[in-house]
Amino acid sequence: MRTDDLIKAIAADAKTVEPPIGQTLTMAVGAGTLISALLFLWALGIRDNFMDSIATSVRFAFKFVLTLSVAIPAFLLVRGLARPDFKPDGRLWWLALAPALLLAGIIGEMMVLPADTWKARMIGQNSVYCLIVIPILSLAPLAAVLYALRKGAPTHPVTAGAVGGLLSAGIAATLYAAHCPDDSPLFLAAWYTIGVVVMTGVGALLGSRMLRW
Amino acid sequence: MRAAIAGDESAYRKLLSELSQVLRGVVRRGFAGVGVPRDDVEDVVQDVLLAIHLKRHTWDRSMPLGPWVSAIARNKMIDDLRRRGRRPEVAVDLSEFEIEGEDQQASIDARDLDRVLNGLSDKNRDIVRSISIDGHSAKEVAERLGMTEVAVRVALHRSLKALAATYQEKNT
Repeated sequence: MRTDDLIKAIAADAKTVEPPIGQTLTMAVGAGTLISALLFLWALGIRDNFMDSIATSVRFAFKFVLTLSVAIPAFLLVRGLARPDFKPDGRLWWLALAPALLLAGIIGEMMVLPADTWKARMIGQNSVYCLIVIPILSLAPLAAVLYALRKGAPTHPVTAGAVGGLLSAGIAATLYAAHCPDDSPLFLAAWYTIGVVVMTGVGALLGSRMLRW
Repeated sequence: MRAAIAGDESAYRKLLSELSQVLRGVVRRGFAGVGVPRDDVEDVVQDVLLAIHLKRHTWDRSMPLGPWVSAIARNKMIDDLRRRGRRPEVAVDLSEFEIEGEDQQASIDARDLDRVLNGLSDKNRDIVRSISIDGHSAKEVAERLGMTEVAVRVALHRSLKALAATYQEKNT
């Protein structure tokens, strides 16, 4: 087929344009989050003393600061990565925010608590639960992000997939934090991070397979 | 491109035609150093044009069009080189290239797309051929085939997607 002829065919298809990719991505992530939130409320629910804790416990509030510091930068980055002309360069540093906050939290915790309680705080009450629930609650947001990225045109498919996985885990961790009885930064560092790292890896792997175009 | 996204066919056609000339130069120069045959250049140009079309909702209207087109061209060229088992090192910078004065290659057939076209159903192939090679409008094709114009447009859109997807499958 001649290129001029192809151009005629393409031009005749001028009217079928999809919604802007940023909009698709935002709606997909919103839908994925909603599904996980409903699943969370049905299966686990918010812990009984939620209102009390959020007002009085710095540790409890810090959990949400930390999980949102994973989810929000990841969401902003994914919006960029869905476009072909996005250069990841400096903006990848946004992702350093969460590790920096976590490190600060760990240091603070170690300063206020005597050393012989560290281990008990780290192991917590519900570590196995945490390991299972975060990946499960990540599934719907991850599927939604990958669906939207496929509509996009990522030129860094592995990075886009990885940040998508990170975003899904950030959303899942934010939900789970509202149930989880363990609030110590030591617990977060030991257990939450495993789920987050696993989902980032899953995202990278799926990205390398699904996001080429 | 703004007019094209708003659905203006003639503006879109003009834009694609200009872009194809720029792309032809870019791809030819990008491939010259690695010894890719000139005939294959047209295949890649067509692949890039399809990608521009199907991914145009990923262009941020507040940004310049050039870097976006370059990024798509670069991605498609890298794919093509990878397919050939070469190390994909392609520098694409549209700002370096002038639009080529003459446009001889546009009349050269690209073989890949013909093979791909054969994979479509008879009706869809007929629709694509009528609109592209014979230059009929969607309305004329609709009347001839006894379909609604909308159905013809939908079939055309699906066919273009299928063409792009077949390029993609070849890559994997």
